[in-house]
Amino acid sequence: MDHIDFNRLKTGEVNLGTSIMAVQFQNGVVIGADSRTTTGSYIANRVTDKLTHVHDRIYCCRSGSAADTQAVADAVHYQLQMYTQMSGGPPPVHTAAALFQRICYENKDGLSAGIIVAGWDKEAGPSVYNIPLGGGLFRQPWAIGGSGSTYVYGYCDATYKEGWGRDETVDFVKNTLALAMSRDGSSGGVIRMCVITEEGVERLFVPGNELPKFWEGAEVLGHAKKINQAEGLAPMVVEA
Amino acid sequence: MTSIGTGYDLSASTYSPDGRIFQVEYATKAVENSGTAIGLKVKDGVVLAVEKLIHSKLSVPEANRRIQTIDRHIGLATAGLLADGRHIANRARDEASSYRDTYDAPSPLKNLAERLGLYTQAYTLYSSVRPFGISTILGAFDKEGPSLYVIEPSGVYFGYNGAAVGKGRQLAKTELEKLKLSELTTKEAVYEAARIIYLVHEDAKEKEFELEISWIGQETDNVHLPVPRELQQDAEAKAKAALETFE
Repeated sequence: MDHIDFNRLKTGEVNLGTSIMAVQFQNGVVIGADSRTTTGSYIANRVTDKLTHVHDRIYCCRSGSAADTQAVADAVHYQLQMYTQMSGGPPPVHTAAALFQRICYENKDGLSAGIIVAGWDKEAGPSVYNIPLGGGLFRQPWAIGGSGSTYVYGYCDATYKEGWGRDETVDFVKNTLALAMSRDGSSGGVIRMCVITEEGVERLFVPGNELPKFWEGAEVLGHAKKINQAEGLAPMVVEA
Repeated sequence: MTSIGTGYDLSASTYSPDGRIFQVEYATKAVENSGTAIGLKVKDGVVLAVEKLIHSKLSVPEANRRIQTIDRHIGLATAGLLADGRHIANRARDEASSYRDTYDAPSPLKNLAERLGLYTQAYTLYSSVRPFGISTILGAFDKEGPSLYVIEPSGVYFGYNGAAVGKGRQLAKTELEKLKLSELTTKEAVYEAARIIYLVHEDAKEKEFELEISWIGQETDNVHLPVPRELQQDAEAKAKAALETFE
């Protein structure tokens, strides 16, 4: 084989076949993720938290191998604590992203990790950095990642506008993730979001039964027939 | 033990009974014999200036520079053994480049000063090495603005608004204290730096010297550069004129 097989998970390895996202706005960033963790077709955790704290105002969204991305986030978390102690102040988001990038690039053959780093700092304000599989580093106004993201690039391109406020950005993230989760079998569960601003980090939660709804095929398939339970169907009789 | 001395000064790894390390003190003597180096931290930048004594009339002008560039935004001036200055500059470049590698950002001077301080101090611990015979002035314009540090042969370092090391440091310090450094521009500081170097050279008039002068700040887009030739010539002319009227 002459190409790198990025998706070689070991049999039974826990996968974050995921939908993750980060968007910057005027005063901060909104990050979001679905909550599904799988081993093959089995949902190992349906309420996973893929939004991981690495510093006071810097979070990352993890996709790929759960073990790999946890280990990388732990390593960066440690390095950022060291940085803070030595420099006497919080690190810029750029620095955190550079630390992630270094680990992802130098270990590209051994890692399965697609990470989005986002947060707020006093030099640059809000910023979002995307670190895809090979270990590149790209600053973007918005970034999506994980298996679910492929289904919603068009939606994001068509919807995103500059100059949004907090609430519009939260809605954008929520809608995009709901669309990704509905199409991607490896994504699902609930939506977790964080709003990171200079003032602090606010966590938001959308339960699985309150996800935003979009077209679900009614025009093509027709509405589902109402089944009269009183007549035809009765609960199965169970013998004692 | 040989016939003279107490034996406590033979190694940097030996204390004297009253807690001193003589080898480190001898290293500071090496600095005191050197031409003066000064640094000025002003409103919008930093100026470094060195009185480089000419040891031979045959030497090439501007050779053996004692002000060196460490990173785009960092300059370093040394007083003491020239070769030690070069060694510490190379170490500083490695540190600055390693910081860039890991954090993808220019090194703050505070960080570089700490690393070089640690490095210098390590050379006061072992019998197999000698301490550096230099005092180092570091100047930079980083994300905190202009900053200036001095590292001594013992490894201690302090931040300053104005710094002077080498033979003429006492006079240079009194002159620096007269200035309102925080109100000066880098351009004005270039004139003051040239004047001070010319002034402290008066005590060693018989020796020839060359003025080395560099700056970092708004004027240079925060890059460490030698001051332009015309400006230096003008500053030197004014410095010579000021000597006539001094005191």
